[in-house]
Amino acid sequence: MSAIKITTPLSDETILSLKTGDEVLISGTIYTARDQAHFRLVKLIEDNKPLPFDLQGQIIYYVGPTPEKPGEIIGSAGPTTSYRMDKYAPILIKNGLKGMIGKGKRSAEVKEAIKKYKAVYFGAIGGAGALISKTIKSSKVIAYDDLLSEAVRRLTVENFPAIVVNDVYGGDLYEEGRKKYENKYNNIAV
Amino acid sequence: MRVIASEEISNAVKNLIINSSVNLPEDTYKSLKQASEKEISDSGKTVLNQILLNAGIAKTELKPLCQDTGLAVFFVEVGKDVAVGGKNLTDAINYGTRAGYAEGFLRKSTCDPLSRKNIGDNTPAIIHYDINDGDKIKIMYAAKGGGSENMSRLKMMRPSDGKDGVIDFVVETMREAGPNPCPPNIVGVGIGGNFERSAIIAKKALFRKLGAKNDDPELAEMESIIFEKLNNIGTGPMGFGGICTALGVHIIKEPCHIASFPVAVNIECHSHRHSEIII
Repeated sequence: MSAIKITTPLSDETILSLKTGDEVLISGTIYTARDQAHFRLVKLIEDNKPLPFDLQGQIIYYVGPTPEKPGEIIGSAGPTTSYRMDKYAPILIKNGLKGMIGKGKRSAEVKEAIKKYKAVYFGAIGGAGALISKTIKSSKVIAYDDLLSEAVRRLTVENFPAIVVNDVYGGDLYEEGRKKYENKYNNIAV
Repeated sequence: MRVIASEEISNAVKNLIINSSVNLPEDTYKSLKQASEKEISDSGKTVLNQILLNAGIAKTELKPLCQDTGLAVFFVEVGKDVAVGGKNLTDAINYGTRAGYAEGFLRKSTCDPLSRKNIGDNTPAIIHYDINDGDKIKIMYAAKGGGSENMSRLKMMRPSDGKDGVIDFVVETMREAGPNPCPPNIVGVGIGGNFERSAIIAKKALFRKLGAKNDDPELAEMESIIFEKLNNIGTGPMGFGGICTALGVHIIKEPCHIASFPVAVNIECHSHRHSEIII
């Protein structure tokens, strides 16, 4: 299956066209945030204060890269496990966030918010940080530099590889994939 | 009494850390390569091929295999006829850890557990010591990522749960973990000891070379039963579905209290970075 090319910001039309299991190549601007940055972003929303970037139509990538060496755009930059952001993600989605890139299962609340507000959750390959970093063409810390690797960065990406895990239709690649291959090892091993 | 200068130890630790961050060990690479040939799911195959590609890029461009360059975990065996001159051994290892993570441009991931403030230099390292004969110091290092560590479990089982109880516990732990710990995983199992000891031997079990058989035939049999069950869960590479969920199951057992049956399951991600040196 060939990968679908998509660009940010994500339109509702793009989101509605994406289905669980689709391989995508993402280009455009995306933002990074992990645990502590999410805590702060949600606090700003609760206090009715402006965010360091406009959430509308944007993608947040759950990543804390290694420090870049002199001359490098960014260090190794693969996804971190997403469930730690589950407490905050529905609030961001309600406020305009359209996409998330990470790895691992999401909560029922996040999946519900994805359906209700038309968003999408992409899985990237954990432990492929050197490979993924090659698709990152620029990187700038725009907030919370005290968080070191967990600071919020604005990235420009070109053909960032990911796969649709949770779509607006309630699909979940982790559940579907597991069902499909459950007890299949025996069949080929014997 | 042989004396090793603490600088020599710090330097060796620094080099272990920097080399491990970019060089996937041969046993891990081989095991992933075999998995990529065996996997029947398309997305699983794609994932494994990208992981192998990533290993090549990391090695040639000296870029960390994974952005989570881990907490620095050490198992250190100290001979009874060797002493460390200068700093004490713990300080020497932490000094080398600090230097390795700084000079290797690796991510610093230690933080205060409550304020979550980053310590800034990836210390303190987690160090486990054993004393043995001889006049050498063996240092085994692993960069242990948070994602797989978070899915690890410890259970004080009942003696009546027996072998089957252990097998079920390991399988349930991995089923529940699903895509989160970056499968295919290496699964370390510690049976016996006490509460903390079971966890330590589960971690130590990860250091056995992938593909090397357990010397204990009973444990070897348990490992192969669990291995088959894990690869039948269906999780697959990165959880997208497939038959390669585990690369290996490694068990260590130790005597325990007559009332107890501690079992720990330490999950390791596919970016299985470990190395050792004898000084």
